[in-house]
Amino acid sequence: MQPKSYSIFGGHGSKSGIEHAAEVIFTICGFFAVLAVASISIYMLTSGTPALFKVGILDILFGSVWKPDAAIPSFGILYVILTSIVGTALAIVIGVPIGVMTAVFLAEVAPKRLANIVRPAVELLAGIPSVIYGLLGILILNPLMYDLELEIFKGSSTHQFTGGANLISAVLVLALMILPTVINISETALRSVPHHLRSASLALGATKIQTIFQVVIPAAKSGIITAIVLGTGRAIGEAMAISLVSGSSVNFPLPFHSVRFLTTAIVSEMSYASGLHKQVLFTIGLVLFVFIMLINVMLNSLLKKGADKNDK
Amino acid sequence: MKKNLIKILTAAGMAVLTMGAIAGCSSNTTETTAAETKAAETTTASGSGDTTTAAATTAEKTADLKGSISMVGSTSMEKLATALSEVFMEKYPGVTVQAEFVGSGAGVEAVTNGASDIGNASRNLKDEEKSKGIIENIVAIDGIAVATDPSNAVDNLTKDQLIAIYNGTTTNWKDLGGADQPIVVIGRESGSGTRSAFEELLKLEDACKYSNELDSTGAVMAKVASTPGSIGYVSLDVLDNTVKTFKLENVDPTPENIKAGSYFLSRPFVMATKGEVSKQNDNVKALFDYIYSDEGKELVKSVGLIPAN
Repeated sequence: MQPKSYSIFGGHGSKSGIEHAAEVIFTICGFFAVLAVASISIYMLTSGTPALFKVGILDILFGSVWKPDAAIPSFGILYVILTSIVGTALAIVIGVPIGVMTAVFLAEVAPKRLANIVRPAVELLAGIPSVIYGLLGILILNPLMYDLELEIFKGSSTHQFTGGANLISAVLVLALMILPTVINISETALRSVPHHLRSASLALGATKIQTIFQVVIPAAKSGIITAIVLGTGRAIGEAMAISLVSGSSVNFPLPFHSVRFLTTAIVSEMSYASGLHKQVLFTIGLVLFVFIMLINVMLNSLLKKGADKNDK
Repeated sequence: MKKNLIKILTAAGMAVLTMGAIAGCSSNTTETTAAETKAAETTTASGSGDTTTAAATTAEKTADLKGSISMVGSTSMEKLATALSEVFMEKYPGVTVQAEFVGSGAGVEAVTNGASDIGNASRNLKDEEKSKGIIENIVAIDGIAVATDPSNAVDNLTKDQLIAIYNGTTTNWKDLGGADQPIVVIGRESGSGTRSAFEELLKLEDACKYSNELDSTGAVMAKVASTPGSIGYVSLDVLDNTVKTFKLENVDPTPENIKAGSYFLSRPFVMATKGEVSKQNDNVKALFDYIYSDEGKELVKSVGLIPAN
């Protein structure tokens, strides 16, 4: 009975048993994720909100002085929030064009042989741990940035020199890190554009490049937007790599300032913080959580819009 | 029957997953590193032959000491506390020493409200803490070294110069007799024991203008070593030749100078108790006897600190 039961010729009883068991397993697995999300949400809300009311919502979100250990502590995270927004936006501005062009190259232009070299490289890029990006940033990017900084701010007495650990370094590392996400999803989107659209365009006399920019990319728009949103999510949630290259001082996000992101603010101070300081770090976590939730909601509505459009 | 089997397997799988998740969250007690084990070996080896006075007085108690000692406190003291608890537990197998590292303030708080026997603090106790009956037992002294990159021509700083660098008044090495090169001021994140000790010793609390706030000693060393014109502070015991160490007021940061009190950037490691050590239980007394013994001093030296007496 045992070996036979796995075949479709098996007895009816054991077959339905397996069916049921599988259903149970799937249901449990499904709820494991729900449970995780629900408990994380509840935990973030309960541990992040007390400090908001103790310090004052406006003082935390719009205060610009971060001195958690001072005699009169100040917990303003405005610059930290701005840094995360500006840093992520710049990373998208740099990373997305490169990523989409790479996807166009892979999907439309590249000869098969060349694509077979580029694609594994992109996949490898996705697999590199973020701490490695950070180390490379420290060893290569920061010294280069410092040279640039010395050149630009030569003789300046007001600029605080950061040794190359600044917003630009962080943005470049982030841009590099979102490339694989953007490339892979955009390429899939470009490949799923029906071939008859290309044929029609070419038949009307458009060149290959015209076809790509006027027909294929617009047709793959919703997929490319998905790629951008997922890239944003990756960039805003990244901590390890940028904590190594950004200098981690709380400053207004200007290119040559040492800056602190939402993620690095939590990472760098969590280990020693206590009391209200720790609660505020949880609040920073909550802010980050809200940002990521917003991005997800945006993603979902975009996908839905895309799907509706395709249905019409 | 098969259905049941699968159900059981699923249940077991879920149980394993949950256990794993729980275990992942609860591992911040005593950790062993190679360095500490080495320290343990050397101290027990040297201690087994000779009988010091401290060892002699506690010798008769060795057999019947039972129970546990809890210590809570400074993360800067983690190395010392872990090495101490390990060697002590080997000497008194009946006693368990539990060490947690949550910060100096939290440690003193724990000993004040009776949550732990010993509160570790990497600073002198505050008056308000002492007024609650907490006794400051200094067991070791830690020195903070100020380091720069090896190519820097400046090799001595006065206290005022150091303060001026860290509060942002002096921004170029040429003002201090060095090359025309901006100063990159590197420090630790707020909450760090080294940072609070450094700022406290220089009376620079919340007045430092850091361009980099790094979250570990190793990161500070790496950044200082690789950035021309940088300056950073680290514990004495992590110094190596990748960085250049400043003399402060013409005094080298050596254990001798720190003990003599001529090097101003140093701080005590305190194991605070509620009431005098003599009024503590036998386990805690034995621990203090041990750390003040010659064997204990060797242990303190082996983790890069300077014995207190």
